This record gives sequence, C-alpha cells and structure tokens, in this order.
Amino acid sequence: MSDMRQLYQEVILDHNRKPRNFGSILGANRHAEGHNPLCGDHIKLSMNVLDDKIETIAFEGEGCAICKASASMMTGAVKGQSVQDAEILVEEFRGMATGTLDLESEANHLGKLKVFAGVKDLPSRVKCAILPWHTLHAALYAESSVSTEGEADPVPGTLIGEE
Amino acid sequence: MKIERMAVEGMNGERKDIDRMNIERIRADFPILNLQVSGKPLVYLDNAASSQMPQPVIDRIVRYQRQEHANIHRAVHHLSELATKEFEAARIKVQHFLKAKESREIIFTRGTTEAINLVMHGYGRAFIGKGDEIILSALEHHSNIVPWQMLAQEKGAVLRVIPMNDAGELLIEEFEALFNSKTKFLALSHVSNALGTVNPVKAMIAFAHHHGVPVLIDGAQAAPHQPVDVQDLDCDFYAFSGHKLCGPTGIGVLYGKAQLLEKMQPYQGGGDMILSVTFEKTTYNVIPYKFEAGTPPIMAAIALGAAIDYLNGIGLSKIEAYEKELLDYATERVSALAGVRIIGTARKKAAVLSFEIKGVHPHDVGTILNEDGIAIRTGHHCAQPVMQRFKVPATARASFAFYNTKEEIDKLVDGIRKVQRMFI
Repeated sequence: MSDMRQLYQEVILDHNRKPRNFGSILGANRHAEGHNPLCGDHIKLSMNVLDDKIETIAFEGEGCAICKASASMMTGAVKGQSVQDAEILVEEFRGMATGTLDLESEANHLGKLKVFAGVKDLPSRVKCAILPWHTLHAALYAESSVSTEGEADPVPGTLIGEE
Repeated sequence: MKIERMAVEGMNGERKDIDRMNIERIRADFPILNLQVSGKPLVYLDNAASSQMPQPVIDRIVRYQRQEHANIHRAVHHLSELATKEFEAARIKVQHFLKAKESREIIFTRGTTEAINLVMHGYGRAFIGKGDEIILSALEHHSNIVPWQMLAQEKGAVLRVIPMNDAGELLIEEFEALFNSKTKFLALSHVSNALGTVNPVKAMIAFAHHHGVPVLIDGAQAAPHQPVDVQDLDCDFYAFSGHKLCGPTGIGVLYGKAQLLEKMQPYQGGGDMILSVTFEKTTYNVIPYKFEAGTPPIMAAIALGAAIDYLNGIGLSKIEAYEKELLDYATERVSALAGVRIIGTARKKAAVLSFEIKGVHPHDVGTILNEDGIAIRTGHHCAQPVMQRFKVPATARASFAFYNTKEEIDKLVDGIRKVQRMFI
C-alpha cells in the first residue's frame, strides 16, 4: 500500500490542474471517445496521423485526476511517435497498470509515465488510468468509441460501484 | 449491556459523557474496528454499503458450524432438528424485530434485492398487466428500479416516478397526482441510500391504500438504523438485508402480509417449497416455505437472529438518536468547509452524508482518504437517477453506524481538508 502514497504525486496533480494538449484538433484524421460509465470518466481524443506518425494529438473530457493526468501525459509521450511505438507504449502502460509488466526486471519505454505504477495496487482505479490509452488504441485502429465496460474491458472484474 | 441501559436513562440530559463510555464498550465488540489500514487506525464510514459484525454474531456463526449444522426441515436426526429449531427461532426474532403479526409472514431471501425480485415475480407477474402503472420514487436504488423495469417490459406496464426537490425530498403533491385507476403497485425506499432522505412512508402507504394499491418498502437503509413496525406502517411488503444490520452477507428478509403471500405464485421451484410432487402436478408448500426453495442460508439466518439480538441489546431508538447526533455533527462540520457541497439536505435524514468537493472527482477523494485509513463510498451508489437529478457523475458518501464516533468525523473533515490542499 505504500505505492498509494506515491500515486498522487505532484506531477500527477500538476497535469490534472493544467492538462497539456487539452482541446480538440480541427481537421484531425483520427478520433475516438472513451468512457467509463461507472464513474463518469469521459475522454475525447483527436489526432493527425501522417505517414504512420502521430503529428498532433489533443484530448478533452471530464474525469478524475488519475484519468486526466494519464491522458495529459499520454499525449505528451506519443506526440511525434510512430504508430508502432505508440502501440508499444499502450501495451506497456496497460502492463504496468494491471501489474503484468514488472518495471524492475522488464525493459520498457515508460519513462515519466512510471508515476502511475502505484495504480496497480488500486484495482478500482486501474480503469481511470488506462482509459486514455484504451481510447488511443481505438483511435489508431479507427474505432470510434470505446468503453471500459463490456467485451473490450482491459481489466475485467474491477468494476467500481456496486453496493 | 448494562452500560447501555445507563445511557438510556441518561438520554434526557448529559448524554455525551455517558455515550462516550458506552461507545467504547460497543466498539470493543467489533474486532475489525481495531484494524490498521494504510498504517492508520481504520475509520469505517461505509456502513450504508455494509456494516461490520460484532463478536457475539461471529461467535454465533462459529457455534452453529461447530455444534449445530445439518440441513433443515428434512431429517429426523438430532442435528437436523437442532438446526431447524435455530433457523425457525431466527425467523421469530425477525418477526418481532419488524413487529410482524405472524412468523409465516417472514421469508428468508439472499438480501433486499432478492426480496424485491421475489415480489416482482410472485406478485407483479401475477397481478400487473398491460397498461398498468407502477409508481417508484426518484430516490430508488437500482434494486428497486430494475426489477420493475423488467416487469414493465415483459407485461407492457408503465413506470411512473415520484420526483424530488433539490433537498432530496419526494414531492408529495406530485406523488398523489400520479395515482389513477391504472395504478397497481407502489415500490418505495424507506430511507435513500444515496442521500439519506427518510421518506414519509406511513402517510404514503395510507394514500396508496386509499387507492387500493399495495406497497413494497425497501427498508435496506432503515431497518438497521431505526425501529420498524410493519403493522403500524401497514406496508404490504418490507425488505431488508442482513449484512447492513451487523449480520452476514447472503441473507435478507421479505416481510409480506399473509393474505398477499398466500395468493402469490412461487418465485423459484425446488425442494422445501413443495408438499407433494408427481410428474403431473406439484402442490406447493404453505407460506413462508412456498418461497424458500432449496436449502436456505441456514448459518446466515441464525447469525441474522444473533445480530438482531445484539441490536436489541443496545436498542434501535437509542441507535437512531445517537446516529442522528453523529449526522448533525458531521453535517455541521462538513458544511462549514468552503468548496464542499452536501448533496441531500432533507429535513429528515438518516446517517448518510453525500458530498462533493469542488474541482475534485469523488474517486480521487476516496483514494486519498483511504491513505488515512478512512473508508467511504464513492460512485453512483447504485442510484444513477439520483446522480442525474443532482447533475453529478458520482458523489463521495460517508455513512455512519452506532459504533462510529465524533473523533472519526473529525478525521473525515481533516481528510477532506487534505484533499483540498492537494488539489489547490
């Protein structure tokens, strides 16, 4: 549980307060929306992908600090990257958040994104962190909307909210 | 329970000192309250979701499993007779707890949800048809919405919803205006789980009866916190859950008036709910057994009986008064915080405090409070229509039990301040 203390680090709080790449891109050629119906997190992503490279990316939406900071840092991390490299990051981020990627022993490209490592100990919050990445994956593959619920659920069995 | 009696006597004056002594004794009955969470003493303020279990109930479970367990209503051997006797004794405890006329009006279910589904199937499917109207309130938990929606879909019936005001109180004039010749059922919560509103159910039941409409009361949030008298309320059905009442999960109760239960169809088929079975015809058992197919949660029912004994030892009126004090204190302290809005400000409330902190998502609030060992509920509380009404995706909710203290509320307030400092 000591990781939890580290989750709300200044970098996450700062990205929540001042999200980077916030807004939408006019004339973007890739769009996707992601939402987590159980907590109201909602992300709209727009991108321009040219020659297999993410030229510009922006997001807007409502959500918790974890979701917003994750989206903000994600846009910074994938801007200028190739689609393949962005996909590798999506997989690595998912692996970190769900605990299947061991940051100590396995090589990865997560860098600053490791501030989200603590989320793996909070199963009910994993989806908050993953939603933007899930949405990015959908945008890269031209799916127009994704949800954290249902078939595409990255973390089945971690629904928030029933009583 | 000697000290509790002292507190009852002291209720009219200097309650506070006596209560404090009393509360420490009560807290000592709950082993889980000694836990450390995130290295801090647990502050458990999620009682509306599930309450904790006192040692006497835990002991009762252990005694049953060690010395009394067998299947009930079946064999003639010693253990089966003993388990049957204890199971049926629990039913009588529930009967007295709800002040029901007869013990056969008490049906054991898996919880409130199953109790409501039982009424939907057993009564609704038999007596509600195309074009008929079912009245619900805007405050309902999903478990008192979805079954009726399923029935409406199946039968072509219509759901009508009693609206509420900005305080979270049902609008009684609008409620009365919903009744017409097509109205066939009223399903209503006694206390709202999301906002804490205590509905004026007695008057609402009387009004519905005036129109010949039977009423189901979802008492999940009421039965653990105040005395309930189903004969005085005159409700036709009353449902509650064991695990919100210091008992185990997997057990709940449906009270129903005998004459209604008798004309209802069974909910599930199986063993114990029959008198005789041939391949041509089955004769159903009498109530309550007609509605208790299969081997019931025997241990859980007996433990619920023990939980009722425990609460009676303190006294539900005393619990209600003490929890009111906690709610008033929490309301005063939280409403004094700038940037915090309390959602649900009904004049009559149970010990539920839903709130939002400006600029902070409730899930962040919940996770950060957890760092200080404080357990609250965040989310939509299975009452999405309530969230929609107040235009919030979710709320943070602290809900109190008689074993909570004002010191714990102080910790909650400190926790809220810490969240605010982090998000400035």
